[in-house]
Order: sequence, then C-alpha cells, then structure tokens
Amino acid sequence: MTESPLIEIEGLRVVFHGDDGRTTHAVDGVDLSVANGATLGLVGESGCGKSVTSLAVMGLLPRRSAEVSGSIRFDGFDLLDIPDDTLRDLRGNRLAMIFQEPMTSLNPSFTIGDQIVETILRHRGGSRRQARERAIELLRRVHIPSPEKRIDEYPHKLSGGMRQRVMIAMALACDPRLLIADEPTTALDVTLQAQILDLMRELKAASGAAIILITHDLGVVAEVCDEVAVMYAGEIVERAPVDELFANPQHPYTVGLLGSIPRLGRRASHLATIEGMVPNMTNPPAGCRFAARCPFVVEACIAAPPPLAIVSAGHASRCIRAPLERLVS
Amino acid sequence: MTALLEVDGLVKHFVAARSVFGRPTAYVKAVDGVSFTVEAGKTLALVGESGCGKSTVSRLVLRLIEPDAGSVRFEGRDLGTLSANELRAFRRHAQIIFQDPYASLNPRMTVSQILSEPLALHDLVPAPRRRERVEQLLRLVGLEPRFARRYPHEFSGGQRQRIAIARALAVEPKLIICDEPVSALDVSIRSQILNLLRDLQNRLGLAYIFVSHDLAVVKHIADRVAVMNLGGIVETADAAALFAAPRHPYSRALLSAIPVPKPQARRGRIVLEGEMPSALNPPSGCRFHTRCPYVIERCRTEIPPLLADGAGHAAACHRTAELPSPGAIVPADGGFSPVLEKLVAAFSGGTEGARRGGVDISVTRPSAV
Repeated sequence: MTESPLIEIEGLRVVFHGDDGRTTHAVDGVDLSVANGATLGLVGESGCGKSVTSLAVMGLLPRRSAEVSGSIRFDGFDLLDIPDDTLRDLRGNRLAMIFQEPMTSLNPSFTIGDQIVETILRHRGGSRRQARERAIELLRRVHIPSPEKRIDEYPHKLSGGMRQRVMIAMALACDPRLLIADEPTTALDVTLQAQILDLMRELKAASGAAIILITHDLGVVAEVCDEVAVMYAGEIVERAPVDELFANPQHPYTVGLLGSIPRLGRRASHLATIEGMVPNMTNPPAGCRFAARCPFVVEACIAAPPPLAIVSAGHASRCIRAPLERLVS
Repeated sequence: MTALLEVDGLVKHFVAARSVFGRPTAYVKAVDGVSFTVEAGKTLALVGESGCGKSTVSRLVLRLIEPDAGSVRFEGRDLGTLSANELRAFRRHAQIIFQDPYASLNPRMTVSQILSEPLALHDLVPAPRRRERVEQLLRLVGLEPRFARRYPHEFSGGQRQRIAIARALAVEPKLIICDEPVSALDVSIRSQILNLLRDLQNRLGLAYIFVSHDLAVVKHIADRVAVMNLGGIVETADAAALFAAPRHPYSRALLSAIPVPKPQARRGRIVLEGEMPSALNPPSGCRFHTRCPYVIERCRTEIPPLLADGAGHAAACHRTAELPSPGAIVPADGGFSPVLEKLVAAFSGGTEGARRGGVDISVTRPSAV
C-alpha cells in the first residue's frame, strides 16, 4: 500500500479478568488496518471478539476487568498509550461510533438536539446558536424530515429507524476520520436497513471517512464493504477484498458461513451447518481454534496454531490447508 | 382437499387509550380482516415488518387471545365455539415455538420436566413410560438423551431452541406456529434449526405457520407466503411465484431491500421513503399509499380488495395490472462456483439424526456448574 493506513491495529489482545478469578481471552492477537475512505467489514458470530475489538479502539473497555495490550495507531497517536484527556478529545471528534441498539444509546431525558449540540460544543466550541444550526443541518443530512421541529423532540418520540439516524448524525457531528458502526442495522426492519445502508454509503462518498462495519450479516457486508476480516474465537481467520472473499473463500469457517445462509438464488434442500460450538475462551485450544468443527481437519491442525498466511495478493487465511480448492479437486 | 386450518376475516383491535370513564377512545388495529388457509404438511410464511400484526395473527390462530371478529377453523371445527376443555384438547394439535429461547423455557424446570409436562397434561403417555418418551424426543431434535436432567441455563441458544421444538413436538401436533424461531440465533446455528424444522416436517407431516421478517429464510422454508402490512395481507402466493414475480409494491420493496451475499449484485432497489404509519391511525384507502411509489388518487380513498388470479396468486393493489414488470427486483445472488459448491458440501455431510446433536456439552457449557 502506498498510502499509510488511517488506523493500524497490531497484536491487539484483550483479556478479561472475571470476579471468579478466571480469565477470558476475548481478542487474541488481532492485526488490522483501514485506509482512508475505505470500509472494512468485521464479520463473525456472537462472542468472536468483534465488538470487543471495536470497544478497545474507542477506549471504552472497563479498566478494572479488561487488560488490553498491543498497539492501535491512529492519526499519529497510539490509542492504547495516550492520556485520557487526549482520548476524550479524539472520541466523538475524529473517532466516532454507532451502536446497535438505537433504543438505549440515546439519553431519554434530553432532546436529540441537546445531545447533538453537546458533542459539537465539546469538540468545536462556538456559540450554542451556531451549534444548533449545525445540528439541524446534520439531521437534514441523514434525511430526517422537518429537522427544525424534530430537533426539540425527545428520543422516545422517534421510531427505531429515526433514532439510528440521530445516532449517525451525532457520530458525524465533527466530521470523523473513522466511524465504527457496530451492527448498525441489526435491530431494524429490512426496509429501514436498506435506508440506513444507503445513507452510510452516501455519507462515506461525501465525507471520505473510513468505516469499520461490525456485523454478522454477510449480505450487509457484500453491500457496503471494500474489505472483509472474518473473526473466529478472538482471532482473524481470513482477510480479503470483498469480491475475493465471497468468490474464493480460503478459510473453512468462511466457507461454512457462506453455505449456511439461505440464498435467494439457490434452492438447497439442506443448508450447510457448522457442527459443534465455539471453543471456550477461558482455555482456548492449542492448535487451530476451528479444528474441532472443521471437515478438513488433519493432524497438523491440532498440533500448532496456524499463522495468518498470504494465499494471494491481499488475501490472507489462517488455515494450513489453504488453498482449499486442492482439497476437493 | 380441505385445508387443515382456515382463517377467515380475523380482526383484533387493542384498546390504546381510554377516557376517564374507562371508555376506549383509541384502538390499535393490529389485525384487520386477515384470511388464509394452511394445508396439512405445508408451510405458510407470514412476512412483514415490525408491527404489521403477524405475531398477533399467530396468537389468534391458537386462541391465546380472542379475536374481535372472524373465525378460525381447524380441521373444519370453529375454534371460537370450543369450550375450555375442548380448547385444551385442540392445543394438542397446534403448538407454538417462540422467538426467544432464553425466555420461553422455565428456568426452574429440568429439560425432562419441561418435556413431560405436556405429556402429563394431555395424558398421552402413562407416567412410567414418560422418561423413555422424553429421551426419544430429545433424540428427535438432535440432542443427547442424557441432557434430560439439565436445566435450560446449561444450554446455548440453539440448543434451547431445540428443546422448545421438542416441547412442541411432545404432543404430536399437526400444526406448529414458528414465531421468528431463528431470529435470535447466530447464522451457523440458524441453518441447523432450519434444517431440523424441515426434516421434522418431512418425517412427521407437520404443517407450519412460519412468522418471519427474514425473506431469505422464508424463501428457503415456505411453500406459500402471505405478506402483511399494517394488519392486512397485501399479497399471497406460492413461494416460488411470489419470489419470481412479486405483484404488490410493498412486496417488491421488501424483496428489493434484502441485502444479498454477493458483492456488486445489480438490481433495481426500491427504497421506501418514510416510516411505517402507526396502526393507531392507519391511512385511509390502501394502507400502503403513504409509502408507495406508484400511488394514485384512487389509492388514497378506496381500499383495494385482495384479488386472486387462477393460480392462487393474490394481490391487494388497484394498479397491479399497470405496474412495471418486476424485472430484477429479487436480486440474483447467483450460486456458488463449482469449487465452492464442493467445499460447502463438506459442511453438510453426515449430519442426519443423532449425530447432529452429538455435541459434547461439557465443552460448551457457558459456565461451570
């Protein structure tokens, strides 16, 4: 890559120390980078560590129980090694996040206008009037009808789709360089989801911000992402440009995921299933973490943890049996 | 062929506000004249967005709530006329599986108790033989019989949903209502449950009413689909016909909005503007007119009837004849390349019967017990 990436995560590890003295390795050596203006999809099932990764980037993990190590370089800073004040200046400003649950991520006792204005005043200063005008402008940008009136409404008066728009408006308030969207459409109906995805595409084109989109929905990934990283049990198991990942997946877990979603164009009497369960992250297996569920497992998979190795330009897989096509020909 | 279940003109309005004297002043018109039939051994999918009334319909069908008007006939008998005892007997034939497997199982009962309760209630299996039947049921849904003594909290979401399915199957029903049975599950678990539901249907000849908002799942499992909007059915057809050529603008919008797992899939997406109107005060005329891209004056005043063609494909729209051809509305997400097809096949090998549940729970238990 010629241009240096906007954010570069290296060797990120998050270990949770439970009250019962047990430790959980939620994220275990994740390397990621996102270029300016690119959209990276972070895909995986519940508990794979995708949300914890994003919370680590935002510095939102509880200090007491979460031990974070590695480095997250963003805009000349190492986010894991800066004073809280500096992090607070970045958060909501150059770094912004949208959460899954639009019902709980707005404060019910303030109007949406107050909440957007607060962000603007905190990071940009200026007068309250100017901030309010900017807030109206932002609401208009996310296609909220009659924003001059809506700005004085409380969150409970808005529907789920509207609240998610307000969240997006708030995230965009200070023109972030990086937007992390954690399952932004999962709680929404399919027609609203289409509206929000369109909106995100439109805003990305207009602002040139980079986006990390966290989702379990491969359909959403195919629609908006440039690159995809698939996570399994705290590790990235495959990383590739979006076309390549869907056409030519090189990790068995990705293959299983692709086969297990019902597809409109393919009437299969049976969907693929991934047998077994995610390994217990208190005591992860020594070798490949997917080995117990993998139909292509061999002795060597269990012996040692496989490295994330390049299969072709820009495409990496954590599977010693890749390229997979030779297994079925 | 007479249908297993015939639903005719079902209406349910909930009181939303009362005056100081307790007189109702506002109603949510959750279900407003819904009719459909379900044939034995087939699957009808009820599809629509949140608040369209699909879950209310499923509860009305079981008479868990009383309809304001309309009738439900099961094997020709009108459920509305049944006495409490007769109603209980009917429930043996029709069961329900709920969305949230964490909330639908009693945490203080063991799996064995959960599964024997319906057997005892309907007096189906004499007490000494119940244990055997419970083990049989667990095997049927792909769980190991030794799980019978465990409590729900010891299971994952997918396993709990299997237990809920086993409970529904315990009374050997003819109809199971599946209310968003896979929405709360992860993708790979979802496919296991969908496969299981389909296997059981083939083996036991069950009919399903499958309530869902996920159209890809519906296409996979349904024989017939009814699309609901604001308390009414706007289109109903055989699944193949509906997905090939949706007629109602709302069905088209829904289908076009599905994100498909194929990058750069080209299609004409219809993005609906605005929000779903409130069922508290539904629009006059066609209830979809506020969001419809093809709206004309007539739509605002006149309610379009649900008219069927010879093939049983019905749509409630004044303009069905004039609408542009559906073209590429349903996105072609294509199949897999031959190589990928073979790789995927490796994930479906030898998953029949008990082997599927051959998951060792000692590894998967969320916490030490």
